[in-house]
Amino acid sequence: MTARTDAFGATTHDVDDDTPVLNAVGGDWDDLVDEATALHEERIVVNMGPQHPSTHGVLRLILELDGETVTEARAGIGYLHTGIEKNMEFRTWTQGVTFCTRMDYVMPLFNEAVYCLSVEKLLGITDQIPARAQAIRVLLMELNRITSHLVCLATGGMEMGATTVMTIGFRERERILRIFEAITGLRMNHAYIRPGGVASDLPAGTIDQVRENLPLVRKGIGELEALLNENPVLKGRMCDVGYLDLTGCMALGMTGPVLRATGLPHDLRKSDPYCGYETYDFEVPVRDTSDAYARYRLRVDEMYQSLRIVEQVIQRLDENPGPVMVEDKKIAWPAQLAVGSDGQGNSLDHIREIMGESMESLIHHFKLVTEGFRVPPGQAYAAIESPKGELGCHTVSDGGTRPYRAHFRDPSFNNLQAVAAMAEGGSVADVIVAVASIDPVMGGVDR
Amino acid sequence: MSDDKKPDAPSAEATTTDAVTPGELVETTTVGEPIKIAERKGMFGSSLGNDTSGYGGLNRPVFFPGTAGKPYGGYFDALTDALEVALARNGGSYEVAVERVVVDRGELTLFVPREQLPLVARTLRDEPTLRFEQCLSVSGVHYPQDTDRELHAVYHFVSITNGSKRVRVEVAVPDSDPHLPSIVETYPGVDWHERETWDMFGIIFDGHPALTRILMPDDWPGHPQRKDYPLGGIPVEYKGATVPPPSDRRSYK
Repeated sequence: MTARTDAFGATTHDVDDDTPVLNAVGGDWDDLVDEATALHEERIVVNMGPQHPSTHGVLRLILELDGETVTEARAGIGYLHTGIEKNMEFRTWTQGVTFCTRMDYVMPLFNEAVYCLSVEKLLGITDQIPARAQAIRVLLMELNRITSHLVCLATGGMEMGATTVMTIGFRERERILRIFEAITGLRMNHAYIRPGGVASDLPAGTIDQVRENLPLVRKGIGELEALLNENPVLKGRMCDVGYLDLTGCMALGMTGPVLRATGLPHDLRKSDPYCGYETYDFEVPVRDTSDAYARYRLRVDEMYQSLRIVEQVIQRLDENPGPVMVEDKKIAWPAQLAVGSDGQGNSLDHIREIMGESMESLIHHFKLVTEGFRVPPGQAYAAIESPKGELGCHTVSDGGTRPYRAHFRDPSFNNLQAVAAMAEGGSVADVIVAVASIDPVMGGVDR
Repeated sequence: MSDDKKPDAPSAEATTTDAVTPGELVETTTVGEPIKIAERKGMFGSSLGNDTSGYGGLNRPVFFPGTAGKPYGGYFDALTDALEVALARNGGSYEVAVERVVVDRGELTLFVPREQLPLVARTLRDEPTLRFEQCLSVSGVHYPQDTDRELHAVYHFVSITNGSKRVRVEVAVPDSDPHLPSIVETYPGVDWHERETWDMFGIIFDGHPALTRILMPDDWPGHPQRKDYPLGGIPVEYKGATVPPPSDRRSYK
């Protein structure tokens, strides 16, 4: 048989000569089952995905089934590989933000933040970042943590057939996306956090918008809790499903909610603070049942803690009008961009200066914007606590204006390895719950 | 670090050595000669040779930070000392296993010869004073001009028990013999990371349970993250048909 007719290579690999092989690509399931029954062969390999509504994008799960029980599970990835890391080597350090924000599109601001922290470490300007820029980063990251957890719960609920969870989750997420749109101009793929600070200051009125929406979001999360926490159907689906204990987490390099659901309070915001997290008052929630239900409850707890941080940070932003970009003019974006009365993001003062007053300013602007700043040779690794676990960025510079290498340690990429440990021995329906409890986003996994 | 930052500071070791805050530059007393790793040509480093800046003839060496001398600062001294003792106990030798120590930008990098990597990894994980429970990532870097050390595999370890301490281990292999022992046996979590590094750089991890491509298609030729691999311009074969690269699809180009 040629590869053309046997698309999955089922007849060419790992098969004993006397094992009958049925290759089902479409057709009537009942016919296949009848045929399999006639052959007394119970072992069925099912390709779940890559196009499947409950695999979080384009995840391919290869499940070996014995009846309804999963005896072996493997995850196949790479269907969303877009070469972001390679592309970043061909753009300036500042332009890199625009690429990496597209990796895990559910937590774009974390991708930007970790990349910028890594570049700032390479530049040696970590302690020169203005406090207001750090506070804005914290504000955006914590709001983004809430949206990411809401997406996890909403899609996870929908995969179990609970559409109300989905509608509530996305309704609350929408409130925060509107805040993002007001601040960065976009609902996702913001490219707002830049090496040295953030692209522009908060537009007028956004703090009030955050303040107005916080109680509403809190109420919405409360609604989710009232609907789900003691819901017998949900508990029946989630309790003791997708179990992975602390030993398993440590061996597989798991971080984030999966690790904290085993009872270990490991959170980089506490153990390795960045962006001034050590100055905020919050707790690291933990659960100890190590199952999908624990991870769900933990995410809800974390959302409340994020709201707590947001309340503190908007207080500080009120008090601190300071700059939002590092002072060094060799690194900082030349224009102080702000939304003007015409609704456009130009800085008329800056245009007057470079076009009408100072030739040197024009040259400086041109050099910095087209060529970019240079970063001293060496390498750096920055890590932050993303909603899914440790998000790391390893950047290497050769002294030029573009990254020599940018590598992202995406938590979803690492955590997806645990699918086999979580799903094997359970039923097919539990695979969906286990995968949803890891909260993988394929944009980040495949990069 | 204050006490309230770690809700369950797990051991006494965590408090005996003071941690370095991320980003803090550790000033080492003696630093060896910087290591020349490449030479940059031109102003913008255009790979096509069409540097229009007028500086196309520029040749500038790229120097990476040199070997650090003791004391390294922060917890790095305690870490390397503990590693030295533990390696000796495990039948290894620190002088052999760590060929170079670099302290740069508040981060500790140990350069390890490839045959010593499994021993170093196991020691980092099992030694109580080190206890690096997790290997977070394996990242490849390609330095085409670093003769006989073209391909680097960079491992990042974290010790949660000892208060989120970090160490980077870097292993260099020649392009002509890109073999490296796998550490999946010690850290099962690096399985996919090593597969990605094989996929993107062509570093062969000996002893890996299933070293196959992970992001690129199984039959893909070449390793895309290498410096000599172009960005774009590669036709893709799909189900017998050939899809030209986007830059070649238009007749009016």
